[in-house]
Amino acid sequence: MLEPRECFFRGMMIIKGKAWKYGDNVNTDEIIPARYLNTSDSRELAKHCMEDLDLSFVKEVKEGDVVVALKNFGCGSSREHAPLALKASGISCIMAATFARIFYRNALNIGLLLIESPQASKDIDNKDLIEIDLNNHRISNLTKNKSYDILPVPEFMQKMIASGGLMSYVKSNIKSKINK
Amino acid sequence: MKQTITEKILSNHAGRKVSSKELIEATVDLALGNDITAPLAIKEFEELGLEEVFDRKKIVLVPDHFTPNKDIKSALQAKILRDFSKKYKIENYFEVGRMGIEHALLPEQGLVLPGDLIIGADSHTCTYGALGAFATGVGSTDLAHAMATGKCWFKVPESIKFIFYGKLNPWVSGKDLILYVISQIGVDGALYEAMEFTGETFKELSMADRFTVCNMAIEAGAKNGIIAFDEVAKGYLEKKTPKNYKVYYSDEGAFYKEVYEFDVSKINLQVAFPHLPSNCQEVEKVGPINIDQVVIGSCTNGRIEDLRVAASILKGKKVHPEVRLIIIPATQNIYLEALREGLIEIFIEAKAVVSTPTCGPCLGGHMGILAKGERCVSTTNRNFVGRMGDVGSEVYLTNPAVAASSAVLGRIASPQEIAKSDVFGYNPA
Repeated sequence: MLEPRECFFRGMMIIKGKAWKYGDNVNTDEIIPARYLNTSDSRELAKHCMEDLDLSFVKEVKEGDVVVALKNFGCGSSREHAPLALKASGISCIMAATFARIFYRNALNIGLLLIESPQASKDIDNKDLIEIDLNNHRISNLTKNKSYDILPVPEFMQKMIASGGLMSYVKSNIKSKINK
Repeated sequence: MKQTITEKILSNHAGRKVSSKELIEATVDLALGNDITAPLAIKEFEELGLEEVFDRKKIVLVPDHFTPNKDIKSALQAKILRDFSKKYKIENYFEVGRMGIEHALLPEQGLVLPGDLIIGADSHTCTYGALGAFATGVGSTDLAHAMATGKCWFKVPESIKFIFYGKLNPWVSGKDLILYVISQIGVDGALYEAMEFTGETFKELSMADRFTVCNMAIEAGAKNGIIAFDEVAKGYLEKKTPKNYKVYYSDEGAFYKEVYEFDVSKINLQVAFPHLPSNCQEVEKVGPINIDQVVIGSCTNGRIEDLRVAASILKGKKVHPEVRLIIIPATQNIYLEALREGLIEIFIEAKAVVSTPTCGPCLGGHMGILAKGERCVSTTNRNFVGRMGDVGSEVYLTNPAVAASSAVLGRIASPQEIAKSDVFGYNPA
């Protein structure tokens, strides 16, 4: 399966996975509790992802699954460990009505796809099968047979995700400066 | 084009006039990281293979979260900071024994100037807005990027104005004002926006109170909190640094997404119930809620003024025998000052614990973790599920006066109750 960043690059991919549905204000302490912040190893962090909110998550999450939430997802701390844990656990995309701002920039900076869609986020239920067509800006709920249009991610962000995150983007810029 | 103070500072650092909602790249005056967030940033920075950081005077590294090293893994994270600072000759690396909780330390050390653009890999970086700087929390990758390039990308926020007028009620402080605001607008009530705090009440508020107010702007989802530079701030800064600085003010007629006005005489002592900082009630209306622990400290309320308030309540009293009171001066200088003023003696005589500066229990790290079923009254800034320990524990957020009073009475209590109660006769086992 292609990584989400490759989707932008090739302008084609479809993401398909089951939805993990949560409510408002899912915070960074729930996504990755502070007691695990004595490591930066994303594989270690993934083992404890969502531990204080949903113990079934680490047991049942599959590569390609999608987190769906309501308002203010990722609120609280600036810990980048939060999106890292989610990405390393196999989550391909997070969809929410709104995102907390530091979480939003952290996720994009590490190349994790985020989609803001209040209607889709509200309608999708836990374990619904979701398909995200980035080429056609469309989310489909295959379980409920409903579709939603989504706004394209801003171009600046697309370049960053296409590069694999902010640092890859910086690396390629530094390389081109050295070559000049 | 009329601009807010936030727009002006961002414009100055972007090299052109910017408008709200624009995506910009701006130069930073200071980039900050700690022992939890910097290791990730350092790893990403080193992958670039650069020989030096963009400016070794403009990076600040503070090991404050899990230090003094709480376990082997944390020791390694702190070592990563130490080794990096040595290798790249980072001027502002603060070793254990010389450090403090970052958001109390940086202003104290004269590292924050009005008009500065400061990013920190810690959500409470917004604290520095109290000195008229644009300061915001970012992630580790942003920090790595800034260490390499001296720049950061932003979406220019719209501003929301909060005007406070009237006289403060007894014991009501900056903490109560910001808790009240968050309870009114919600934990995403200022999402992505700049919170601009102003009004005549500010003349009564010390720098400590102002830092507290701006510190919790993130708890309303804000990008930054900011207070215009005035005589109080000037007096504070004069003692800290001889450096020159440029001061910005919002233009008359600048656009605000919303304007709120608060008569502070109607604001009473606040307590944020579990599990959101917005879940506030008035302390005096709360029924008996027994507690197990009290924490007085953190980047929110660990300054000397906060310790003085706590000491004024604890003097000659004892902590309730079923409560642990943990007091954490936010920096070494504050600790020393408290010692010289006799506050530490008051605390220990009262049977409180006094700790070296650390974030410790605030985020459930160390120095006072809660077991299942335990309750803590805390002067910290968050009370999410499991914040200070077991998911079955609870955290109630208050100001230092309420925290100290609660420690004495063993339940959530107002300082007014201490004045009335007969605790002098208490004889703990």
